[in-house]
Amino acid sequence: MSIVLNAPPRRGTPRGATFEPVFEGLCFGAATALLVALGGVLVSLAIGGWPALSRFGLNFITGVTWDPNPDHEVYGAAGPIVGTLITSAAALAMALPVAGGVAFFLVELCPTFLRRPIGTAVELLAGIPSIVYGMWGLFVFAPFFAAHVETPLMSAAPPGSFWETLFSGIPNGSGMLAASIILAIMILPFMAATLRELLNTVPPQVRESAYGLGATTAEVVLSVTLPYIRRGAIGAVMLGLGRALGETMAVTFIIGNSHAFPKGLFDSGSTIASTIANEFNEASGLQSAALIALGLVLFVITFTVLALARLLLRTQVRA
Amino acid sequence: MTLAAPVLPAVSIADVDKSRVKIDVQHLDFYYGKSHALKDISIPFEANAVTALIGPSGCGKSTLLRTLNRMYALYPGQKATGHVIFDGEDILRPGVNLSMLRAKIGMVFQKPTPFPMSIFDNVAFGVRLYETLGRTQLAERVEESLRRAALWDEVKDKLPTSGLGLSGGQQQRLCVARCIAVRPEVLLLDEPTSALDPISSAKLEETVTQLKNDYTIVIVTHNLGQAARLSKYTGFMYLGELVEFGETAEMFTKPVTTRASDYITGRFG
Repeated sequence: MSIVLNAPPRRGTPRGATFEPVFEGLCFGAATALLVALGGVLVSLAIGGWPALSRFGLNFITGVTWDPNPDHEVYGAAGPIVGTLITSAAALAMALPVAGGVAFFLVELCPTFLRRPIGTAVELLAGIPSIVYGMWGLFVFAPFFAAHVETPLMSAAPPGSFWETLFSGIPNGSGMLAASIILAIMILPFMAATLRELLNTVPPQVRESAYGLGATTAEVVLSVTLPYIRRGAIGAVMLGLGRALGETMAVTFIIGNSHAFPKGLFDSGSTIASTIANEFNEASGLQSAALIALGLVLFVITFTVLALARLLLRTQVRA
Repeated sequence: MTLAAPVLPAVSIADVDKSRVKIDVQHLDFYYGKSHALKDISIPFEANAVTALIGPSGCGKSTLLRTLNRMYALYPGQKATGHVIFDGEDILRPGVNLSMLRAKIGMVFQKPTPFPMSIFDNVAFGVRLYETLGRTQLAERVEESLRRAALWDEVKDKLPTSGLGLSGGQQQRLCVARCIAVRPEVLLLDEPTSALDPISSAKLEETVTQLKNDYTIVIVTHNLGQAARLSKYTGFMYLGELVEFGETAEMFTKPVTTRASDYITGRFG
């Protein structure tokens, strides 16, 4: 039996041919627009902040006095910069183990009927606006924190010891550590949700292989699945850190807003974002230039974090 | 077919010498939720011999394999009833230490599953879980395992590099090495060559041949030639039932049941 194939008549040009250049152009345009916006932000921050940067030079970064009094204006941003770095790092240190625990529980251990409710709760937490966290932090968390954590710790610290310095400050519930905890709560759901997605990408057979060698859940998680997702996990951590660095409202509520260099965990402090949020309203002249320069500093810090993440990933790939 | 053709039995399970049985499956039923995947399976696996499980896709071969080391227990909703007697102990009863069990029963999967670590660490992974060996001893164990998996010559100069950098066939032999490094008594091979090219498949078969006198091996395969080359016994499964079980040489030359005969001669499946 012979088989006759009736090929459909060929069209003159494929239907997509005319649309193709348009599509490519649109994609290219979108990518270019993003780069232009990025460059624009950077340039305008640099121009706007220049008066402050040129007047104070390196002292803008290292100086600890931030005084907007028009008679003797001085802007040294060491307090807010260090405040930003410390609160973010502390928040990350607190949130990461918990986020990892939540994610591992959801993927490896959670009974099926609980998986969905807990997963949804995590996503809901991630969706709460930051001002709600801030308000909750100030009205609910701060009084509790003052009464049950700060006061006991401060009175328990032996005078003259390292602990006394660490726990110094005013036990009113707001300050560096309180802000870090609120930040940790804010970035936790996002990181947990991302880590859970990453864990779900681990092929079941790889996990089964590890179980098949007699490994317990903890051994499988720590030695096999964690290394498997480490590239993505670093990305998730950096995104969480990025969010903590730039978080404004919640921190402004609870950090105490003092420009002085923070001396202890319970001391009032400020971050770059909270300083800008507090002062932009009444700022003019040199002060507004200083705030814009602060914005530039935050931009550079965030950029550095992302660049470091890239670098870390690249070394991981070679390993 | 002539009218005089003899009526073949529907099911035929050959007897084996019970004293040589390493794993004895008795009246095993398996459920994925409500779906009844294995129906009253009874099959013996002889010690230090290869038993092949063949049959069309979805017949329950892999499921049977996964009950032997209770891998299914990782997933809620999957359950097995009946008995799987391993060295005189029913491993389906509650309270069995699954980690210890799985350390004794190694498994190699359809796709290679190297861990994201160096070749050396891949092989040493399971050993480190259960034994505290000195550096030299560990290195010896790794070398011995890689040699037995017929991979040593190809990787001896790059042990510290990532196991993910090997070819598919090498990765699969790495998984075999990883399994035998913990000195299991049983090896479960779930279509170990189906993702490999013919040359790699041949090398893996060679590995299995080298191992077959020292381990109780159960291999699931779609490759009938492979089953014939490697195994002493063969079980033919169909729609969740064990239809025929017997010595490979007999089943492949004169199968007793119609279904096995049809499958082996290529009339279906």
